[in-house]
Amino acid sequence: MTDATVTNAAGFEPVHVDRQVQKLTRPSLSYWQDAWRRLKANRRAFISLYIVIGLLLFTVVGPWVWTVDPSTQDLDQVSKAPGSDRRAFVAEPYQPWEGVRATVPEGAASTAPPANFKTVGSTTTQAVRLTWDPVAGASGYRIYRNIYRPTAGGALGLPLGDVLSPEQVSFEDRLDLEPMTYFYAVLTLDRFGAVMSPPTSLEVNVVRVITPAQAVERGLVASVADVKVGDELKLALHPFGTDYLGRDLLARLMTGARVSLLIGIFAPLFYVLLGIAYGSAAGFMGGRADSALMRFADFVVALPFLLFMILFKIAFGIGPGESGIFPMLVALVLLSWPSTARLVRGQILQIREEGYIGASRLLGARTGYLVMRHMIPNTMGVILVTLTFAIPSAIFTEAFLSFIGMGVAPPTPSWGSMCNEGIRTMLTTPHELIFPAVMISITVLAFNLLGDGLRDAFDARMRSRE
Amino acid sequence: MTAMPPPPASQNGMTRSAGRSLLWLSVGAAGLFVLLLWALGFLSGMTGDEARASAPGVDFRNNAIALAASQEPPQLDSTRTSDQVSNFVLGHIMEGLLRQDEHDQVIPGVAESWEVRTDGATFHLRENARWSDGKPVTAHDFVFAWRLVVDPKTAATYASLLFPIRNAEAIIAGKVPPESLGVVATSDRQLDVQFEKPVPYFEKLAAFTTLFPVREDFFRSRNGTYAANAEDLLFNGPFTLTRWEHGASFRFEKNGLYWDKDRVKLAAVDVPYITTDSNATLNLYRDGKIAMVGQSPGLGSESLKQALVAGWPIHQMRDGSVWYLQLNFRPDRITRNHNLRKALQLVVDRGEYVYRVLKTPGYVPAASIFPVWLRGAENLFRQEYPAPEVAVDVAAARRYLDLAKQELGLTEWPPLVFLCDDTPSSTKQAEYFQTVFREKLGLEVRIDRQIFKQRIAKMQAGEFDIVSAGWGPDYDDPLTFGDLFASWNPNNHGEYDNPELDRWVRAAQETVDPRGRMAAFGEIQRILIEDAAVITTYERGQSYVQDPRLKGVVRRTIGIDPDFSNAYLEPN
Amino acid sequence: MLRYILKRLLHGLITVWFIATATFIAMHAVPGDPLSGEKAMTPEIRRNLEAKYGLDKPVVEQYRIFLVNMAKGDFGISYTQQNREVNDIIREGFPVSATLGILAVVFAALGGILLGALTATYRNRLPDVVIMFLVILGISVPSFVFAALGQLALVKINAWTGFTLFPVAGWGTVMHMVVPSLVLGLGTMAYLTRLMRSSMLEVTNTDYVRTARSKGLPPARIFLKHQLRNAILPVVTVLGPAIAAITTGGFVVELVFAIPGLGRYFVQAVQQLDYTVIMGTTVFYGAFLVLMVIVVDIVYGLIDPRVRLKA
Repeated sequence: MTDATVTNAAGFEPVHVDRQVQKLTRPSLSYWQDAWRRLKANRRAFISLYIVIGLLLFTVVGPWVWTVDPSTQDLDQVSKAPGSDRRAFVAEPYQPWEGVRATVPEGAASTAPPANFKTVGSTTTQAVRLTWDPVAGASGYRIYRNIYRPTAGGALGLPLGDVLSPEQVSFEDRLDLEPMTYFYAVLTLDRFGAVMSPPTSLEVNVVRVITPAQAVERGLVASVADVKVGDELKLALHPFGTDYLGRDLLARLMTGARVSLLIGIFAPLFYVLLGIAYGSAAGFMGGRADSALMRFADFVVALPFLLFMILFKIAFGIGPGESGIFPMLVALVLLSWPSTARLVRGQILQIREEGYIGASRLLGARTGYLVMRHMIPNTMGVILVTLTFAIPSAIFTEAFLSFIGMGVAPPTPSWGSMCNEGIRTMLTTPHELIFPAVMISITVLAFNLLGDGLRDAFDARMRSRE
Repeated sequence: MTAMPPPPASQNGMTRSAGRSLLWLSVGAAGLFVLLLWALGFLSGMTGDEARASAPGVDFRNNAIALAASQEPPQLDSTRTSDQVSNFVLGHIMEGLLRQDEHDQVIPGVAESWEVRTDGATFHLRENARWSDGKPVTAHDFVFAWRLVVDPKTAATYASLLFPIRNAEAIIAGKVPPESLGVVATSDRQLDVQFEKPVPYFEKLAAFTTLFPVREDFFRSRNGTYAANAEDLLFNGPFTLTRWEHGASFRFEKNGLYWDKDRVKLAAVDVPYITTDSNATLNLYRDGKIAMVGQSPGLGSESLKQALVAGWPIHQMRDGSVWYLQLNFRPDRITRNHNLRKALQLVVDRGEYVYRVLKTPGYVPAASIFPVWLRGAENLFRQEYPAPEVAVDVAAARRYLDLAKQELGLTEWPPLVFLCDDTPSSTKQAEYFQTVFREKLGLEVRIDRQIFKQRIAKMQAGEFDIVSAGWGPDYDDPLTFGDLFASWNPNNHGEYDNPELDRWVRAAQETVDPRGRMAAFGEIQRILIEDAAVITTYERGQSYVQDPRLKGVVRRTIGIDPDFSNAYLEPN
Repeated sequence: MLRYILKRLLHGLITVWFIATATFIAMHAVPGDPLSGEKAMTPEIRRNLEAKYGLDKPVVEQYRIFLVNMAKGDFGISYTQQNREVNDIIREGFPVSATLGILAVVFAALGGILLGALTATYRNRLPDVVIMFLVILGISVPSFVFAALGQLALVKINAWTGFTLFPVAGWGTVMHMVVPSLVLGLGTMAYLTRLMRSSMLEVTNTDYVRTARSKGLPPARIFLKHQLRNAILPVVTVLGPAIAAITTGGFVVELVFAIPGLGRYFVQAVQQLDYTVIMGTTVFYGAFLVLMVIVVDIVYGLIDPRVRLKA
């Protein structure tokens, strides 16, 4: 029953496929090559890349160039702005002063101000010694120091202290003396300690002095024999000024950069990576797994940060004197990832519904491929923004923690804690706030522009645009 | 500037149109924000007090002043209170048997006369002392209050102040009932107190907040909420608490029923701001919104610089506290070694520390644990018993250090642990001593910075070599400082244990004769310095700024501080 | 939809219980206790205090009591504010913090979305450059500096104009709220601006926008209907946690402007180890945050039809 025509197989031959037709006309660029090419084209991003490198040099190489110890206290130059007067005269070491005693005249209580108010010896930053004539009926004296010439009825300035006996007619002022002109005032107190007389005032010029021993200690001269009393010296140079303990700000900024950059770069990097992994897993899996993972993220977000920071510190057994950067890093990473995770999950949920994912899946793409190839590159824009914002926020978290005693241990400085200290002296010595704040700003700015450039470079959706 | 090519023309139109949309959206958003503000304003207008926002710090029209407080009163139940702010408030709204005048002399309060004997005291109450509901203040109110203080169920922190009264200690320990306390109301107007042992300072104690009266029927009617709010309190002092918004503000006004109401001149003291931020309070004063700044705690050196530049009148008072480096004497600590302690003592330059590092006016170098203002038998205590001088001597200190090294059998010095608070000033102090001990003695110091509660825990557990601590007086007698290093004192965190010192502390406690007592304190002072048991650093003073039109404010080292009951306003 | 919400609420309750337990354990693991102070007490007085607060019982027993009371909605009495119930502290402090927080979030969200859209629209042109510079300034200056500067500026303005429009500190009228909420919202606003800009740029290059444009839809319509609505999504995602962060993170602003909010209480409570206040505020904020997250998820579903809630 076969009426099939028998054909000869030899009568067929395969159609020639011309593969040349489908050959691309230009070399294929991989995702990364393309990203690098576009990053190079972005001048702003490139400049910021140089700034970041500069910051790293400042941190790593800086201390080799500027070799001042960041914890040495130059008590002759406390809270000095850059460029302030550094002249000082060599003087004998400070000798305690027993003061002046006098017999109080008999008679009725006098409301006259103390007479013959004058200084004793030279008036230097070591001490200003004052004496006056005793007043009948006084129980003691009160001494003030002002920076303005006193006016009638005006403020007398800082109360320096009370002398509690009428025979003691002298006062030694050693409180934070600066090389400038002061206006002292003295008045009498009645037996209840209330003010009894108007003040007498005195103008005093104070010169800065340093003892030979101190000069050696501070490294200004090689030995005590090199200077003699009366010589003029220049105190140590602090290009960025000094802080509230007379420590060199430049050196502190350099050492502080280590802590701040370490915390500011590594903590966000780690927790953003963790957040991406977690968020994309949740978003991609969906359903029960997603729900369970996100509930755990909610749980971590709602944990009281402060309390757990303290706990981490104890759990890691940070002893006295250790800087405690590592536990802080771990704590920051462990407590901060959920916001990135939520963000990435939201993006993934959105992208998951896109047509190209469906198409890719139809073509048999596996999950890992989908995530790496489509999802992560498509969420890169949002992720980089989060990362650039995480940097300053990590730096400030560190500052806040340092402030409440949970941060790096003193004397290790950090930019954040320097800012915190500077804010208290914002009005009187602004440089203590400005320098660390500017450093933070530069860092943040550099990372922002770099992030911008990276975003443009990595964003898959920008690929089609030249 | 840009790495992007100029946008195509179509996009320009797009941008323009989007810009227009954005403009409209911004207008809408701004409108929404204002609307929200208005709605909130409307809501808060129903509860808030509009006039308060603009009331000046010194208010002549209403004869009132406004202040900022560092915290709200944590506890206005006089039997349980133990903090400064509550003490300040209670001192204005309540009055005890006796009170202090502006020169810190004890004068009549609710009691018009009294006798103190060695075995007890009798107080005669005045007839016209009234509670704010009009009922008379009776001796029963004191009996009730004092029994409450020692009742274990109350668990009052300052119950130990009543130890001198018969049976107090046993009642606190739960051995006998509170009713057995040695205090009896023999009539409505007579109160009899029996002592356990002679108390030379009982008059001063009778003016203390913990011994203020509480009326039984009112206390019971509040059902456990006594003193929780302004309306859960009854007043018998110069002022009444008329408003207490927790965490936000409180206000007291003159009490018309107060027996001595003529001495009270201000109509009201308003505290509409509660913050610990020193810059904020400084700004409030600058803006004329408060009459005083830095009354408690005092102004720091930075705030003072601003006050000086602004030309404000700066005042000063002594807060009475003494600060020191406490050393650890536990057996496993190297600070137990006498020579090491001597070395540390000899390199601490208090003058440099106070004048160059702390730089806060009013702080005085402390040569002894007994502050300079304490009264002795006739004169000031420190004039009767000057503290032995310890001059800075680095060379001698190094010799002591070598001796210590031999005695301890060390080849290398282990680091010393310096425990400190997390406050900026405490850290600053620790950093200073770290540098001093390193540069002068070559000792490494590790700073252990802890938040307050953990520092206390570590201090009590003895986990430190050196800790910076301070002591404020509880009552006006050298004993409040003198027994600090007795081996049984719970505040002796270093567990200093010296039988000779203990003997002198007991002598001071048991002697009634003032000269004998002062001699004992003199010995205590000598031992503490010679044995380098403690390195005293400074006595604290507080600087504050007060509006020049506000007069008659009384500041006290011990007692109600600041006291506005005699204050008045006077135009310049 | 209702079932979804109920299920989320149930999960939320479990999350809150977890938070409470973790916090309880952490709190008791920290050395120190709420009773200790600078001045040590005699052992008898200390024993009496421990008995009064139930601290003499084993920790497990304390936890059981805490759970039973929490179920009843009672967190006990504060250790530092000794006559006050934690519930009262929350009841009085939270509305203040919430008012401040809501204002700050509204300000941040409105400002952030608008500025972000603006910068994206004028990409790489003058408005973009200026705004982005300000944004970077906004995030590189910590909030305590802004708070201090803002207050100082107020003092100067008041002194210059001679009358007080915005008070320097305090709470009570709407004028008290303006400056603190602006200061509080500034950081979040900068963040949202940045986020909005980035997501706006992405949306501009999507197919649907291109399609809409090629269909010849009016640009304003494309902008509002397609670009803005889609670009807001990531902003909404972070808004939930941001609300919680702002309401809890107002500590510095509350301190500087003397505002009686809950943030101050919480930080103080942790420092003072005030057990009851820590537990009360943590559980309360935990519940609040979980609720906020649920709300955001629902809103998300409403805005973006692509996200299916039941998925």
